Amino acid sequence: MARYIIKRFIYMLITLFVIASLTFFLMKLIPGTPFSTAGKLSPEQLQIMKENYGLDQPVAVQYAQYIVGLLKGDLGISFQFNNVPVTQLLLERIQPSLVLGFQAIFFGTIIGIVLGVISALKQNTWIDYSSTFIAVLGKSIPNFVFAGVMQYYIGVKLGWLPVLFWKGWDYTIMPTIALAMFPIAITARFMRTEMIDVLGSDYITLAKAKGASSFEVAFKHGLRNALIPVITVLGPLTVSLMTGSLVIEQIFAIPGIGEQFVKAITVNDYSVIMGTTLLFSFMFVVIILIVDILYGVIDPRIRLSGGKK
Amino acid sequence: MKKSKYSLLLTLVLVLSVFLAACSGGNNTDKKSDGAKTSNAAQEIKILSKSEIPTLDSVKTTDEIGFNVLNSINEGLYTQDKDGSSVPALVDGEPEVSEDGKTVTFKLIDAKWSNGDPVTAQDFVFAWQRAIDPATASEYGPYMMNGKIAGAQEITDAAVAKKDFDLNTLGIKAIDEKTLEVKFEKVLPYWKDLMAFPTFYPQNEKFVKEKGNAYASNAENLISNGAFKLAAWKGPTAMEWTLEKNDTYRDADAITLKKITFNVVKDNNAQVNAFEGGEADITDILSSDLVPQYQGDERMVSALQPSVYWIKMNYKNKALANVNIREALAKAFNKEDLAASILNNGSIAANYFVPDKFVTTPDGKDFREKNGDLIVFNADEAKAAWEKGLAELGLDKLELSYLGGDTDSAKKQDEYIVNQLETNLPGLKVNLESVPFAIRLDRAKAGNYDLLHSGWGPDYPDAMTFADLWLTDSPNNEMSYSSAKYDGLIKKAEEAAANPEEYVATLQEAERVFLAEDYGVAPTYQRADNILISPKVKGLVALPFGPNYSYKWITVEE
Repeated sequence: MARYIIKRFIYMLITLFVIASLTFFLMKLIPGTPFSTAGKLSPEQLQIMKENYGLDQPVAVQYAQYIVGLLKGDLGISFQFNNVPVTQLLLERIQPSLVLGFQAIFFGTIIGIVLGVISALKQNTWIDYSSTFIAVLGKSIPNFVFAGVMQYYIGVKLGWLPVLFWKGWDYTIMPTIALAMFPIAITARFMRTEMIDVLGSDYITLAKAKGASSFEVAFKHGLRNALIPVITVLGPLTVSLMTGSLVIEQIFAIPGIGEQFVKAITVNDYSVIMGTTLLFSFMFVVIILIVDILYGVIDPRIRLSGGKK
Repeated sequence: MKKSKYSLLLTLVLVLSVFLAACSGGNNTDKKSDGAKTSNAAQEIKILSKSEIPTLDSVKTTDEIGFNVLNSINEGLYTQDKDGSSVPALVDGEPEVSEDGKTVTFKLIDAKWSNGDPVTAQDFVFAWQRAIDPATASEYGPYMMNGKIAGAQEITDAAVAKKDFDLNTLGIKAIDEKTLEVKFEKVLPYWKDLMAFPTFYPQNEKFVKEKGNAYASNAENLISNGAFKLAAWKGPTAMEWTLEKNDTYRDADAITLKKITFNVVKDNNAQVNAFEGGEADITDILSSDLVPQYQGDERMVSALQPSVYWIKMNYKNKALANVNIREALAKAFNKEDLAASILNNGSIAANYFVPDKFVTTPDGKDFREKNGDLIVFNADEAKAAWEKGLAELGLDKLELSYLGGDTDSAKKQDEYIVNQLETNLPGLKVNLESVPFAIRLDRAKAGNYDLLHSGWGPDYPDAMTFADLWLTDSPNNEMSYSSAKYDGLIKKAEEAAANPEEYVATLQEAERVFLAEDYGVAPTYQRADNILISPKVKGLVALPFGPNYSYKWITVEE
């Protein structure tokens, strides 16, 4: 196991290096400058600005400088936020996104699993149909529509929850619900299909024959095997939720990273684009590794490091 | 196997621990601001902003919210009054102007920084030198000073050529602690307005040097001399900040408002929801799709801005170098409809490039009153000019590219204009390209377009800020327009700057030449901005240049 993880860790570093290099050159293909007033500046003034930030150097030199900085742990500075270090910016902005993403995936998965299992147990009853209905809604209606509707009715009209901002736990409820709709739908659908499949297998019949209650059958014997496909989709979904959602963060005025990333690209904030891409990639490869480890834990038939020699 | 019994639990613990590790320290954003409860009489308001404040270092600020906050917490030699005119702030009475009109000597009043230090003439010298110093990397410093303050252009040129320069050659000198001498490059009819612009504010040398790179990076590293002081601001990434009344302000008795809380809300609908939900008293500028639903609502305030938009026609394209083709394009789209139906936010059709309600001529009338409408929509005249132009070029059809913005509003406008052009000018095919701002800027600078929809917002209230755009060597010309006659007129106006009547008359003539003779650009509209403001908040003032709003005279009523 340890050897496997070390090997994966080395691959991870290589992956990140390749991503950093590709992103750097792709990013330099975007036209324009990071200076917001570039439209007003004369060529001489623009030249001085570029010299100050080393942007007059050939791209290859800039790349070398960036990689050297990266090895020293220096992610550079942001242009749009007047030289705030990118590391500080990322640390500040990732927190709300992580909190929201975690809450959404946590509650979303639990509710989704419960809905899915119940649907499978009560197949083709009104319970199954309503759970399917919820899943279809969650999957087909974009989360910003939920967000907007909730903000207006629950926040503005009823005044039950804060309309927006990020000042306490109650401020996270509506954005979490909006973000959780998709994981609920996905998990419920996968869970139902897998569960129906698993419940038809021999060992479940055996368990039933031995007199296990249907609750015990479903959650003790069935759930583990049915979880594997869910874990597969949950990995990437977790990353996409934790890296923030542009729209949800904008609607609820949350200082998150999703909005930040998109803005950085549109204003050519080079170091922020690089830093965010690297952070997201890092989260992604780590989650993939965790998912792979989890497979082994859930299903003993899956071995990570090959059999004993 | 005991292990397998707990493996599901282990799975959950593993997953949880990853999440929790990632979330550690994530709770420090969850505190602050419970003191913002407003009773009706409390002199406190809440304002929404669409963006964070990138910097509050006055020599580096370039954005509207930055200027708004700076204008509230700092003051320069002059300041904008309720009517937008520039009135003395730190200047004591009328300054002494030299005979050639290029040197002005100011006497300063006794004003204090919020740390107790007096505001001195040296503070101005320090700030201005810092603004022009290439090492500061200020964008607005050179932009506002070059060609206006003596010695500024020379410093920029020397820096580009990697030659030595001396910041003391900039035309600003402290004669003594309370006397400041400023030398202009030429006679500037608008110098008082320039002195009211945040780039020309003073900075406390001792404080700035003591803080070094941390200067103006948060509320603790900033001092102010204005009506308010910054009570809380964690820095450029902060999405909330607070201003409080500054008791050491020179005119503190005139300020009623005690506290302003700003919150960043980037989504347009969320701004409206926050306003309706009582989370804000004043919104940022509404997007045009939200304006119709507040039409006739007393809470929506519309203000005509001095920003004018136009279609630039690139002279590098042979067809567009033909004046008849340009005339045809400029007259071929219905701008009244564009403003009324497509924009639908109080914007008005522009038949000019110097905006309406922007500058007043010496006789007390608006600049527009004499010059009036120079290019008006007229489909018949457009078609006639079009056919004449095509005949001269020996063509029967023409294909042009059209570069526009990629926002919803920009796309709607551009689609309308393109449709009008193709309908009214037979044989014309226009290929619309909607691109992000940075790309549009890049292609404009490179002259890589046929038609380009863009605009200009002024930095000082003088027709020259628009008129000098079209000079042959202007970096903002961007369309290879070059007219000896036009260049001559602008030069003539500059030379006549000491004589206001002649100055304005010459600029008006230049506008007529550029539009009605040369059809240099095809003006489209002059923008209006709309905000929502709570009925109990009185005295918000919209300003014509630099900062867009002043909060100084706000009072909250029952």
